[in-house]
Order: sequence, then structure tokens, then C-alpha cells
Amino acid sequence: MPYFPQEVVECIFSYLTSHQDRNSVSLVCKDWSVIEQKTRRHVYVANCYAVSPTRVATRFPGLWVLTVKGMPHFADFRLVPRGWGGSVQPWINAMACSCPRLEEIRFKRMVVSDESLMLISRSFPNLKALVLVSCRAFSTDGLTYIASSCRQLRELDLQENEVNDRGSQWLECFPNSFTSLESLKFTCLRSAVNSATLEGLVARCPNLRTLHVNSSISVECLSRILIRAPRLVDLGTGSLSSNQMGWYRRLFYSFQKCKGLKSLSGIWFVGPRTFQPVVYPVCGNLLSLKLSSAPWILKSDLLNVISNCPRLQKLWVVDRIGDEGLAVVGSTCQDLRELRVFQSNFHGPSCWVTDEGLIAISTGCPKLNCLLYYCAQMTNAALMTVAKNCPDLIQFKLRNLDPVKPDPVTNHPLDEGFGAIVQGCKGLKRLSLSGFLTDQVFLYIGMYAEQLEMLSIAYAGETDNGMMYVLNGCKNLRKLKIQDCPFGDGALLEDFTKYETLRSLWMSSCEVTIGGCKALAAKNTQLSVEVISDLNSISGLSLEPSKNQRAEKVYIYRTVAGPRTDAPTNVSIL
Amino acid sequence: MSVETERSSTESDVSGLDYEETALTLGIPGGARVAGAELERKRGFSKTVDLTSRIGTSEDRSDESPDTNTAGSAKAPAPKARVVGWPPVRNYRKNALKSSNKYVKVAVDGAPYLRKVDLEAYGGYEELLSSLQEMFSCFTIRNYPNEERKLVDPIHGTEYVPTYEDKDGDWMLVGDVPWKMFVDACKRLRLMKSSEATNLGLILNYLIFELKRRSSACFIYVFPLSFLFV
Repeated sequence: MPYFPQEVVECIFSYLTSHQDRNSVSLVCKDWSVIEQKTRRHVYVANCYAVSPTRVATRFPGLWVLTVKGMPHFADFRLVPRGWGGSVQPWINAMACSCPRLEEIRFKRMVVSDESLMLISRSFPNLKALVLVSCRAFSTDGLTYIASSCRQLRELDLQENEVNDRGSQWLECFPNSFTSLESLKFTCLRSAVNSATLEGLVARCPNLRTLHVNSSISVECLSRILIRAPRLVDLGTGSLSSNQMGWYRRLFYSFQKCKGLKSLSGIWFVGPRTFQPVVYPVCGNLLSLKLSSAPWILKSDLLNVISNCPRLQKLWVVDRIGDEGLAVVGSTCQDLRELRVFQSNFHGPSCWVTDEGLIAISTGCPKLNCLLYYCAQMTNAALMTVAKNCPDLIQFKLRNLDPVKPDPVTNHPLDEGFGAIVQGCKGLKRLSLSGFLTDQVFLYIGMYAEQLEMLSIAYAGETDNGMMYVLNGCKNLRKLKIQDCPFGDGALLEDFTKYETLRSLWMSSCEVTIGGCKALAAKNTQLSVEVISDLNSISGLSLEPSKNQRAEKVYIYRTVAGPRTDAPTNVSIL
Repeated sequence: MSVETERSSTESDVSGLDYEETALTLGIPGGARVAGAELERKRGFSKTVDLTSRIGTSEDRSDESPDTNTAGSAKAPAPKARVVGWPPVRNYRKNALKSSNKYVKVAVDGAPYLRKVDLEAYGGYEELLSSLQEMFSCFTIRNYPNEERKLVDPIHGTEYVPTYEDKDGDWMLVGDVPWKMFVDACKRLRLMKSSEATNLGLILNYLIFELKRRSSACFIYVFPLSFLFV
């Protein structure tokens, strides 16, 4: 740039934090591109196969923070076979070579091995944060490397990982000189933790503000920890069951000292009428309460607690709270921004929460941004009420337990209700639909959901038009996830230019055929079309499948790295 | 199309939102299929109904005229109790909320007290045996070429055979059945001294032989091992 010297431009760019802004400035001219590359500190890779790790590492040598996501979202629901891919090893190798100053590493839905963890601990002396969410294939042995070698670690965050838990020796590997910990989350580990080790760690880390323990931590240990760390802001408790009432009193006193506690979660097995009195001292300040892992809490206890938490902004509960419980939430928590109601019974429908609860919530909580709702039934009227009362909704995921259930009052499909949502909530970015839906709802979505970035559909629609309305209408759509809908090759192949802006498309149990997928792959070289077959299928894709054979699972994503080389035999890249 | 607007006008009374505006009079963004949409939609639906017969009973609409003002232009398929893969439950959540912890007693011949292990915490036989090894820290695992695994006390050289009591009360050798089946069936574990196991084998053979010799009808009754521990 001829007007300013390079240092000035660098300084200006340092104020640019959003990825979109950074991407835009790098396209202006070559000089700006070079400067931007040197000064980029954060990279967010939403699909690990969209770009090659070496390219990222060599292009941005000054990286501090790396976030990579691997498997498609439906892997959480076991729709993606285990060996699909998404290993972190190529990323660690590339970063170790070119970006040794890396400070934060975040992986989601990826395959992490103990060797990768060892390499991380040895290659990045400045490592301050390691966050692993929904990852798998590592063991607690790998954590010992991290604990013993990463002297500057501030954050170790393990959420919902599948870990081979060989014991809690890793916790003992934090040296006595290690005092920098600010956040520790290990709820996904199952084995018993040595209380003395944990208490020692907590005692010598004065900056610890976030602690999520696993269910093996007893009430006794928890109250001792709280006494040592009264400045905790975010606590995930262990099992709160104990045979000795004396410890509950001590826990109560410990909670009294925690004046700054804003976020509470965990709360595994807890006896009746012990929960509310114990946490009463912190209720008034609580901003976040996550009880989705505690389906056995008595409803009366739960409502007693919630009615004492007027400042609550985030609430995760199980559907046993019922419609009446949601009415209590609506009348108490006017500041609520996020509500997630999970189902408690995995083996059959439950009827505790319906459209009435949703109406009660929307009436009482107009500031709602994020709503996840598992329910037994939903009506168009309720959805329209939500659209009218909560215009700030950014995320709305409705999970009707019967996926094709119409409005039970009118017996109409839920098209009008969701149409109202997309019309009324102008900032809606993530939407997940269920219930009986025809093509009409997709027409509404295509017409009104301008900011929509993620759409998840199951058992909806009638013809290819449904999918085409969405693809043609939603200009900002990035992820489209479709399960069990009658969309076929017509919708898939209708307009190839759509796939430039779409980050990924997942279609399972739809009507697309192998022929259709091949046609798509042939037309578009920057698209990776993966056809995933189940391990048990006899007619593997190595035998020439007929063009009209249905493709059971298709995962399509844009990539500049070419077809990947680590796909297993049941994944065919066309 | 007319049915849609009729429906939407009744619902706009309910919610106060004006749905006349959302009636299909504007062109669809990006494509022009207005004229054929209605016919296609209806035809498409009956196709859908056939496809979704696995979801529920389908209703054939092919003879329904466009003027019929029945409840909605589309008949809902009857709800099915459960469809595969719905509602979506995160794998992690499902595993996390399993309330059964399978704790079983572990007895070792010659040890003064028993221990308990949580079978759900292990992924397979290897992990269980290595954990037992740590617990009764005087053993090492010796792998025999015929895939039999035995725990060995290195000081005295005595071998221990892992056995378990199943739901029927029989004592079985650990390792024969798939892991999950074993976790289901196991009620307690016992590490039996190998010498005793072979003795038991001999006693059994003798018993069977005697029975065969004495009974006139060829009837063999195999005593459960627990009988012999009394």
C-alpha cells in the first residue's frame, strides 16, 4: 500500500479481529495480503479437510490460536462410521514445523491420539490452552504429557470426549511449581480422582476461576475445594450424594463464601431436598445453571432453586420440569437468553413438555437468543407466539419427539408456525426443524431467512422443490443437514454455483443416487463428494454400483486441498 | 393454493400476524415454478406418502379435489411410535446418563479381603485384567500362546485363573464370550489358584466317570462348580 508504511498497516490490522474482515483485507492487494498473513493470530478451520494443514501453517507463521473442526455434526448421533477420519496428527505436524509460538489449540469432533498429545506437549512451549470437545481415541496417558510438560498452561478443557480412562495419574503430573491454571474441565473422565491431589492443585493456583470435576468427586472433597477457591466463577460439581448430612452443612458454608459464583453445572446424583438448601447462598448471583446431566432431581427441588435465581441468563434442564415448571421459569427469569430443554427418557416418548411450556417461556423471556426444545407436541399457534414475543432469536432447534407429528389442535402441518419464526426473527442464524412439514415451510425459509447460516431438517418436505427453495433463497447458508427427506438428484444438481458459498451439505436416507453424486463431482472440482456406506453393507462401493442405486449417506464439502487420502474403504470420494 | 390462504386467514386471527402477505402470490426467489407448483406439490405428497410408509400409515390423496376444504391440504401420516435415528440424542449424553454402574466383588484365593470393580468402566478384557493386576499388585499378566490369559504371582510362581459367576450361578472362565455379554452376565469375579482349577477338572472327570458307570440310563448330570465349594 503506497500511503502508509508497513508498520502502520500492521498496527491497523491488529485491530481487526473478525475472520471475515481479515479475509476481506487479504483480498485487496498483494501487499495487504502479505501483511495480513504475517499478523494473523487466529485461524478457525471449520472443516479440517477444506484446506491442507501445511498450507495454513506456512501461510500464517505468526499463529497464536488454532481452532479446527473435523467430523460432520451428525457424528454426534452415530451416523458417521468410526473410522471416517478427522485426525489431528497432520495439523499438529504442520504447526510444530511452522508455528512454534502457538498458544491455544482447540479441536472439535476430531480423532486425537496419545502421540498427538505428546507432540503437542513437546512442540509448543508457549501453550496456554488446550480445548478438546467431542474428540476421541486418546487416553489419560496422553494427558500426562500435557500436565507434565506444559508449564504455562492456563486452560485444560475436556468436554464430552470419548477417553480411554486409565486412571487419574495425569492429575498428579502437574508439578508442584505449576501455578498458572485458570480453567480445568474433566467431566468426561470417569475414573476416581485422588481428592488430595486435586485439592493441592486448586490450592496452589490462585487464578483458578473455572473448575468442572467428574462425578467421582464427593461432597466432602467439593466443600474443601470451595474453601480453597472461593473466587471460582464457574463450577461443575461432582456427585452430590453423601450418607452424612454433616457434609451438606459444610458445603452450604463453602457456598456462602463463593460470592463470585456465576455458573453452576454437573450436579449428578443428589438426594431429595438437599439440593436447594445447599446451593441457596449462590442462587441470587447465578447467571448460568446447567442441569441437563441431572435428570433425577426432584421437580420441587428444581423449581425451588430456579425461583431463587432471578438473574439467570442460561438454563439447561430436562423435560421433567414440565410445562408448569417452564411457567415458573418464565415468570422468574426475565433475563433469560438461552434455554435448552433436553429429553430425559431415551427409550420412548415422554409427555412432560409441550407447546404450552414454550408459550409460557416466550411470554416471560423476551430476550431469548437461543432455544433448544425437545417436546411431545407443538402447535402453529405456539410457534407464532414465540415469533412475536422473542424477535431476538438467533438459534432455534425444535425436536418434536414424533418427527412427523402435525399440529394436534388443527391437524395442519407446522409450516405456518416455522414460517412465522423465520419472518419474525430477523437475526435467525441456526434453525432445526421437526414435526410434519411440507415444501411450504422451505418456501418461507427461502424467502425470509436471510441471515440463516445453518439449517437442519429431518423427515420433512415432499418434493425436490423444498430443498431448492432453501438453496436458492438463503444467501448466507453455510451448513445444510438433511436426514430422511424425499430430496433427490433434481435438487442436488439444480444449480452448481450454490456450492461455492455452501460450506457443507449432509444428506442421509434421502433419494439422491450414486449417479447424481458422480454428476455433481464431475462438474465441480473444488467440491469433495463423499459417499459413506455402512460397514455391514455387502455391496461395497468398490464393486461398480449402478447409477440409480441410492446413496445412503452423502457428505459434500468445498475444499481447496483436493480429495483426501485417509478415507477408509467404506467412504468413496467421487 | 386457495386452501392455503383460507387456512392462513383463520390462523392470522389467532396470532395477529397477517398471513395474506405470505400467500404464494410472489415469484419464488431464483426460479419460476409457480404455475406447476400446486400440482407438483400434491403429486409429490402422494409420492412422499408412499415413501414414508415406513414412518406410518399413508393416506392416498390422489382422488382429493383441490376445492375440498378439509383440514389442511395435506393429510398427515399417522405418527409412528419410534423412527430410527430420531429423536437425535448425542452419543455422549446417552452414555453419560446411564445410571447403572456394574460393581462386582472380586475375590482372590488367599487374600484376606475382597475388592470391588466397576465393569462398566472398562472397554475390554485387557483393561479389566490390567486393572486387577494393579489392584492386587503382586501379579503380572502372562499371555499364553493359546490366548489364555492368566495372572501370575511372580514371588511364588502360582498362577491364577480368572473366573466369574454368571446369572445362572455357574462359575465360568473369563474370556470366552464377547465383552458386553460378559458385563451383562457377570455377578462376581474370583481369581482361582490354577492348581485348584486343574484339581477341579480332575474331580469332575472322576464324578462323570462314576455316574456313567453306575447309572443304567445313560444320564449325565454335570454338577455346577459351586456345589464343590460348599
